[in-house]
Amino acid sequence: MSTLEIRNLHVSVNTENGAVEILKGVDLTIKSGETHAIMGPNGSGKSTLAYSIAGHPKYAIVEGSVTLDGADVLEMTVDERARAGLFLAMQYPVEVPGVSVSNFLRTAATALRGEAPKLRTWVAEVKEAMESLNMDPAFASRNVNEGFSGGEKKRHEIVQLELLRPKIAILDETDSGLDVDALRIVSEGVNRAKENNNLGVLLITHYTRILKYIKPDFVHVFANGHIVEEGGADLADKLEANGYADYVSK
Amino acid sequence: MSLLTTNYLTPTGREEAWRFTPLKRLRGLHDGTAEISLRSSLIVKELLPSGVSFVREELPPLATSDDIIIERIRGNSPEVAHLSISANTELEAPIHLGRLTGALDSAELSRVRISLGAHAVATVVVENTGDTILAEDLEISLAPGSSLTFITLQEFESKSVYAARHHAVIDRDAVFKSVTVTVGGDVVRILPTVEFIAPGGSAELLGVYFATAGQFFEHRMHVDHAVPKAKSRVNFKGALSGRDAHTVWIGDVLIRAVAEGTDTYELNRNLLLSDGARADSVPNLEIETGEIVGAGHASTTGRFDDEQLFYLMSRGIALEDARRLVVRGFFNEIVIEIGIEAIQERLMNRIDFELERAGA
Ligand SMILES: Nc1ncnc2c1ncn2[C@@H]1O[C@H](COP(=O)(O)OP(=O)(O)OP(=O)(O)O)[C@@H](O)[C@H]1O
Ligand SMILES: [Mg+2]
Repeated sequence: MSTLEIRNLHVSVNTENGAVEILKGVDLTIKSGETHAIMGPNGSGKSTLAYSIAGHPKYAIVEGSVTLDGADVLEMTVDERARAGLFLAMQYPVEVPGVSVSNFLRTAATALRGEAPKLRTWVAEVKEAMESLNMDPAFASRNVNEGFSGGEKKRHEIVQLELLRPKIAILDETDSGLDVDALRIVSEGVNRAKENNNLGVLLITHYTRILKYIKPDFVHVFANGHIVEEGGADLADKLEANGYADYVSK
Repeated sequence: MSLLTTNYLTPTGREEAWRFTPLKRLRGLHDGTAEISLRSSLIVKELLPSGVSFVREELPPLATSDDIIIERIRGNSPEVAHLSISANTELEAPIHLGRLTGALDSAELSRVRISLGAHAVATVVVENTGDTILAEDLEISLAPGSSLTFITLQEFESKSVYAARHHAVIDRDAVFKSVTVTVGGDVVRILPTVEFIAPGGSAELLGVYFATAGQFFEHRMHVDHAVPKAKSRVNFKGALSGRDAHTVWIGDVLIRAVAEGTDTYELNRNLLLSDGARADSVPNLEIETGEIVGAGHASTTGRFDDEQLFYLMSRGIALEDARRLVVRGFFNEIVIEIGIEAIQERLMNRIDFELERAGA
């Protein structure tokens, strides 16, 4: 049982005109097995929240705390956060030229498990994870995300989610750019990780369609750098019907 | 032992061809003050297959040179170490040439010829190692339809100086591919140059270099499209780390008026792994005819991509491992072109070692 606690989180980015505060006091608690959906307008700070939790160097923490089972996440380096059990499926996964997917996955699994996975079972494990996400195993010999289509990049993120077995995963618009079949396949992957590892999920999305597959326990409306309303799954339907007008003007 | 004759125009450092080179560290190779030994260090490392010979003989130069060091080498001795692969010989295994131990208190002036007869196919690897002061005039002659993969590994010890021209003369439909690897030595200055003498030839000049504190590595390409319908590609990648690590890449490509149908592209990428290192990169494309298939160049010098490191680290990979992956990945595209597993492995390990030693 794990708990990710975000308290009064204020985050800024450096711009030419000095630091600009993007997150303005975020409070959120995610426990193992729970699924939290975050919905909110473009530019409201959702990815900033995701990156800040993962430790992207671009973002400066101004105030507040993030803890995982009481441990101070903000004190950890990026890799330490991952080894503590956090995972971020990125909105824009990064291409790493010259580094093969298989080398990358094995290096990551070795880092996270503390020892190199046994070669024989590992090859089968990777193959299974890729096949279950409908990725041709030939992707293993391609360079990380290089030349992948938008949807292939997203599926590759979920392959990693399954292989790396985090405690808490943040999925930043993993559903964007997926065709209808891929959406179902990716959702099944996330649900498997929930079942097998009692994964806690923070799911950032613009669309309710993924919530048909991955049932949220909580829906949070994010606007102007913080959470402005919380509710159950029905809140998502309301947002889809009415948009964010009510919240943006607040 | 003899001294070099001095009736040559000694470079001052103001000449275009010498403006980056630290002349003082050339150990007298450029100005004739070097003490010349009679060493002849190039050797064949295993039995040669049939159709191949390696002999020392007197040969006139294949091509002219305006490089002062090459002129001095030619003035010193008419003898050439000649690796000859006869027409229609197709070799599956690479030929490995290596070096006998040299010395740092005197200089060797070396002339080398590699010649392929018509339709011969071969891979030749030259492993340059040890402590040495070495100036080398290496000429490659490719007869019509022949194909050579030419790999040179500059893995010298840290005080060595190597100043060389690797000049390929490419006849009709011949295919030349070179991979120039420079990872060791104090000063390494190589002129990989190519001259097409009949249509239909192609040249691919690839290279990797990794300079750490105090090292100077210069690769000065010259590709002369003097005939129609030849193709050339240049792709060099370098990494630098540490105070006063300095690399120079010059890509001179000349498309003469007669060279219609030329297809050329040259690329140089540098990865700066620390402060205090300097990468000079100068592509230079001269085009005298508009009737070409394509001509282009690109040159970049940058630091670690933070997004790449973040992505890898967000999967639990520690910073130094992430850096190693990124650097290996950066070089991988060229290294795999060597096509010899054992050398690729050794080179990647050397790159890891340099990275570790640099503490980048
Ligand atoms: N370097 C920067 N300079 C100025 N503003 C920035 C900078 N980096 C981020 N921002 C701003 O921060 C805000 C939040 O961006 P963020 O990516 O977190 O939004 P988001 O909610 O994820 O949006 P979307 O739904 O479009 O993905 C945006 O308005 C963005 O322009
Ligand atoms: Mg976003």
